[in-house]
Amino acid sequence: MKKLLFVLLFAPLVALAAGVELHLDKAPNRAGDMAALQNGAKIFVNYCLNCHSASYMRYNRLRDLDLTEDQIRENLMFAADKVGELMRISMQRAEAKLWFGAAPPDLTIIARARASEFGSGSDWLYTYLRGFYRDDKRPTGWNNVVFENVGMPHVLWELQGQQVMGEGHKLAIAKPGKLKPEEYDALVADLVGYLQYMAEPMAQTRKQLGVVVLIALGVLFVFAYALKREFWKDVH
Amino acid sequence: MKAQMTALLGWVDERFPLTANWKAHLSEYYAPKNFNFWYFFGSLALLVLVLQIVTGIFLTMHYKPDAALNASGVPVAFASVEYIMRDVPWGWMIRYMHSTGASAFFLVVYLHMFRGLLYGSYRKPRELIWLFGMFIFLMLMAEAFFGYLLPWGQMSFWGAQVIVNLFSAIPLIGPDLSIWLRGDFVVGDATLNRFFAFHVIAVPLVLVGLVAAHLLALHEVGSNNPDGIEIKKKKGADGIPLDGIPFHPYYTVKDIVGVVVFLMVFTAIMFFMPEFGGYFLEYNNFFPADPLVTPPHIAPVWYFTPYYSMLRAVTVNFFWIDAKFWGVVAMGGGVVILLFLPWLDRSPVKSIRYKGPIFKSAVAIFVVCFLILGYLGMLAPTPLRTLVSQICTMLYFAFFLLMPIYSQLDKCKPEPERVTG
Repeated sequence: MKKLLFVLLFAPLVALAAGVELHLDKAPNRAGDMAALQNGAKIFVNYCLNCHSASYMRYNRLRDLDLTEDQIRENLMFAADKVGELMRISMQRAEAKLWFGAAPPDLTIIARARASEFGSGSDWLYTYLRGFYRDDKRPTGWNNVVFENVGMPHVLWELQGQQVMGEGHKLAIAKPGKLKPEEYDALVADLVGYLQYMAEPMAQTRKQLGVVVLIALGVLFVFAYALKREFWKDVH
Repeated sequence: MKAQMTALLGWVDERFPLTANWKAHLSEYYAPKNFNFWYFFGSLALLVLVLQIVTGIFLTMHYKPDAALNASGVPVAFASVEYIMRDVPWGWMIRYMHSTGASAFFLVVYLHMFRGLLYGSYRKPRELIWLFGMFIFLMLMAEAFFGYLLPWGQMSFWGAQVIVNLFSAIPLIGPDLSIWLRGDFVVGDATLNRFFAFHVIAVPLVLVGLVAAHLLALHEVGSNNPDGIEIKKKKGADGIPLDGIPFHPYYTVKDIVGVVVFLMVFTAIMFFMPEFGGYFLEYNNFFPADPLVTPPHIAPVWYFTPYYSMLRAVTVNFFWIDAKFWGVVAMGGGVVILLFLPWLDRSPVKSIRYKGPIFKSAVAIFVVCFLILGYLGMLAPTPLRTLVSQICTMLYFAFFLLMPIYSQLDKCKPEPERVTG
């Protein structure tokens, strides 16, 4: 009876919850996969870190990805002198705004900012980077399925090829690129994995530490409970 | 060694009431022996207060309340939070403790207040405890509101914008008042700096003072209990309440168990899901504040959403004054009406255990309405949602305003002479 009452009381909520849906593809998990994250870092500095900054991220932090400072300096630093520098860019924001309509956002924590009730930030980025299609109405000639009228052109088009919007809102490859579709998806997954790492570089550490802390608290609980039992024996 | 310690204690006691205070508030403060689960949340609230103050002190060492843009076009305040998250050793942990602590604070305080409602802890002679507690709640809301602007993200900025703009709905003085509060025509650097000042010193100072008053008032009259009867009425030959046990060691050791369980939940959230699905750290707040880009959906953090719903529920203009003003009145009234609870409840018994079916149903409806309002406050409004929030707002106020009537009509059970299990 009580349960039934409870269900009836909250039933209206179901009707209220309905809203607009945004379909996102699930991004493959690359957390802890060092080869994939290194590949993602390579794609990031080559394709993204020219218009987009990552101004809270230091190059030498990439040691997290099993890279040495020399490897970072030789392979990943195109726009900085010292390995401790932040990932800044030289493009002026005011100019970028004139060129693209909006200054390209800083990407350091974009994977956290793009999270929503429809999926993680990684899902959004994974869908977004695979969702460009040709649109002659746009000044850049490109549009996107999750970010309508986006200012950014399809930077990875050489790799993916050119998609067009077909029947029933389905994307189809019109001109193939250098990579096969599954190769391109894997490459985007690596890049998104890197963006997710960069958004919270300590994410792995905090989870590992969390396990230790919970075990320690579990042990403490046993003693705390025993202590309470002992003291409360004489309370009737 | 022991003799020397005793001598030292004697030396101190001649100059400062150390032993006297230890006895009055801990070792000879007699609390009812039948405290249940609900009685953990008072000490937990104190724990979270200390946690927030300590982590807050460390955060201010690297946080910069500056709305100016840095070389990369990011506001300095926003960048300083990310600096804490990345470059300050263990900064991320301190920050997550503080951000999780904010939500934990409201959670334990809401549960603590609900305990008071269940067992009539606000009734005579504990009216002042309730009032001090309510002022703590009001200050806590101010503290959370000021603190939420500091990361200077999109939700920080637009949340503050919405709330400060509410004051502009006040007839005549409104527009000037909101400019005075912001220190600018829009939320800007002046606003950020004054909110920082309020958040790190003004409000915490008042909070700590109110907590002291709350505890002093409690220890003056003694704690209520789940049976809602006065243990001081039945004393033994030694003058000690028969159903009372010294707070220390009994409740100190019991509260340690509560603290450990609380910390397990707290650290699980902090280490495994610090954003808590966007409810503790809103996703949109990972975008820096941009006065030129209004987010499509501005929602406060979960602990304000019930009152935010009440604000939005008022959609009709009364007496030629804008609905927004009446929304503000409803929102403020929703909080302030709690202050009057000690005088609204006219029931012959204190505890819900001995209250009748009318009061029990009223509490159930009240809780459901509060939760629905909280849920709706997170969502964008639709006509149906607005209607539901209007009904829930009416029921919320009816719970309080009709209480003097229904609490007297109710068929109560007799209270026991001594506390039960």
